[in-house]
Amino acid sequence: MIERIDEKLAILADAAKYDVSCASSGSYRKNSKDGLGNSQGMGICHTYTQDGRCVSLLKILLTNYCIFDCAYCVSRRSNDVKRAAFTVQEVVNLTINFYQRNYIEGLFLSSGIFKNADYTMERLVRIAKKLRTEHKFNGYIHLKAIPGASDELMHEAGLHADRLSVNLEIPSEESLKKVAPEKDYASAYQPMNYLAESITGYQEEKKTLRSAPTFAPGGQSTQLVVGATPENDYRILHLANSLYQHQQLRRVYYSGYVPISNDQRLPMLHSPPLVRENRLYQADWLLRFYGFDVNELVDDQHPDLDQEVDPKLGYALRHPEQFPVDVNTAPYELILRIPGIGVKSAQKIVQARRFGKLRAEHLRKIGIVWKRARYFLITAEPDFRWLGFDPDHLKQRILSERSRKHSSQLALFK
Amino acid sequence: MTFTYDGSFEGLLSAIFESFRIKAAAEEIVEESSFQPGLFGNPVFVPSNRAQSQRVKAGLSQRCGPKAVEMLYHAFLSEQPQVEMLIYRFVKLTVSSPENILDNFREPVVLQLHRIQKQIHREVHRMHAFVRFQQTEDGLFIALITPDFNVLPLLPPHFTERYPAFRWLIYDAKRKYGLYYEPHQYHFVTLSFAQQRTISEELLTTAEKDYQQLWQTYFRSVDIPERRNLKLHLQHVPKRYWKYLVEK
Repeated sequence: MIERIDEKLAILADAAKYDVSCASSGSYRKNSKDGLGNSQGMGICHTYTQDGRCVSLLKILLTNYCIFDCAYCVSRRSNDVKRAAFTVQEVVNLTINFYQRNYIEGLFLSSGIFKNADYTMERLVRIAKKLRTEHKFNGYIHLKAIPGASDELMHEAGLHADRLSVNLEIPSEESLKKVAPEKDYASAYQPMNYLAESITGYQEEKKTLRSAPTFAPGGQSTQLVVGATPENDYRILHLANSLYQHQQLRRVYYSGYVPISNDQRLPMLHSPPLVRENRLYQADWLLRFYGFDVNELVDDQHPDLDQEVDPKLGYALRHPEQFPVDVNTAPYELILRIPGIGVKSAQKIVQARRFGKLRAEHLRKIGIVWKRARYFLITAEPDFRWLGFDPDHLKQRILSERSRKHSSQLALFK
Repeated sequence: MTFTYDGSFEGLLSAIFESFRIKAAAEEIVEESSFQPGLFGNPVFVPSNRAQSQRVKAGLSQRCGPKAVEMLYHAFLSEQPQVEMLIYRFVKLTVSSPENILDNFREPVVLQLHRIQKQIHREVHRMHAFVRFQQTEDGLFIALITPDFNVLPLLPPHFTERYPAFRWLIYDAKRKYGLYYEPHQYHFVTLSFAQQRTISEELLTTAEKDYQQLWQTYFRSVDIPERRNLKLHLQHVPKRYWKYLVEK
């Protein structure tokens, strides 16, 4: 018995792992006195994979049988892999037992499409419903919204799940058509728009009526595969920005393409574009938490993010006229734009300067990255050496400091 | 002057209260049991006094808000050497400053306390993440931990909210006491099996072993070898936590 489950788990966890989302944050769900679990807004990573990704949820496919043949997907029907399918009860048991042992924050359930969209979605919903009602499970549930499934099923999914996601995967429709001829953007946007409307609708209702049901309190997310098709960062970030603006997505995930297939429709890469993926996440953060506009990060002259430096430093180097910023007088929003200063440090600076002028020693102790920030700010002991700096020269200087550090670290292990 | 106290937070605050009462600046405040005679003159032992410690808390709360009291308590749980004096200096600073100093990051004492509190929060968060329950034959779920700091007193809110319906025990194998919960109350307990640092296999259900195996399978299967980054992995899951992680 256990051997059979074990084998299925190996297959269906392996098939789900390229979906990088594993967040359990952003949803609040209280537990009942005789229930199991809760969500408290702040996600918990219960362990990390050996590539350093957070493991927060039991992330599995219900089945990897699939009627589609998308080139980027390991479960495409033409791929020669072992196939398996869980029963509803098996997924429920795994979730409950892993959760009780504090292995996970909840369940992330996706699936290959078997028979049709409704048939697949109905099973995903049934699992969520069973967990919530029969097992009084109040942990986190993330369900895939299957494009093409009926509004009724989508609606029911939203009533039980914390988060729903439809993955666009390929960052432009032209490319999508090439690698997944059976798919199009319209069929992905349709459920996204439906969910966006329902989520906002229920949120509004909840404001006036406390007993209104919660509907996907963790919102929706999507994933874009980076590096499998020719879109530049400009296209990708503008698409992400539009998804944040119009579909009110909570998160867009960027997944550096892992060459999982020898499908002729996709490029052969030696390794996944991890640096590019990281720069996109940094840019995404700047959009959501640092008040940057997407056009400040990428434009016609700079359609791709600089891979050598993070996008915030890149912005500062392209806009020397906006620096240095005086940490003792500048508004919070401008302090946030100084490379090497994060949200927490910026808040501390604004709080601490009420008690007196800040000098370099204070900033260092507050925890800013001094060796980066120093070129872009002024303290109570002004240092104008970097005024009117040459951005190229500064970039080289910062990069060489970094490589010096790295080489000396390596020397330690020689 | 040197003060000693009984090792509890109440006791420490009582000692601080006493130093203000007799107007004698503290040069050292040490737990009585770890006091070494001859090191610092004649110490004054101050017994724990609830009323006095409450007055210190109330004063701090009034001037700097309840967060200040929480910060000092968390610092106390860090068990770091000389943390008593750090707490004492914060209280002194509060008394002598006309304003709320909690966010005065220009002040080294404040900054250091915030830093310790951050470490405590990280450790609490790690316990929320790394506790691994094992189900025993009599239905009790047991987890062993050896946290860097004494964070067990900070764990009840999270775990009682999350697991209200069954009995569980989180046991600090280093400090030799545990947090025991049964619906719907918890206690801090010491146990006779306290000598052991592992849970005997015979106590566990067969289902327990199955689910441990399944979790190991899961952990192996989600790995993406092309992306391997062990440095990052170790940064997130330091080796000292491995001994109680089922997947390692």
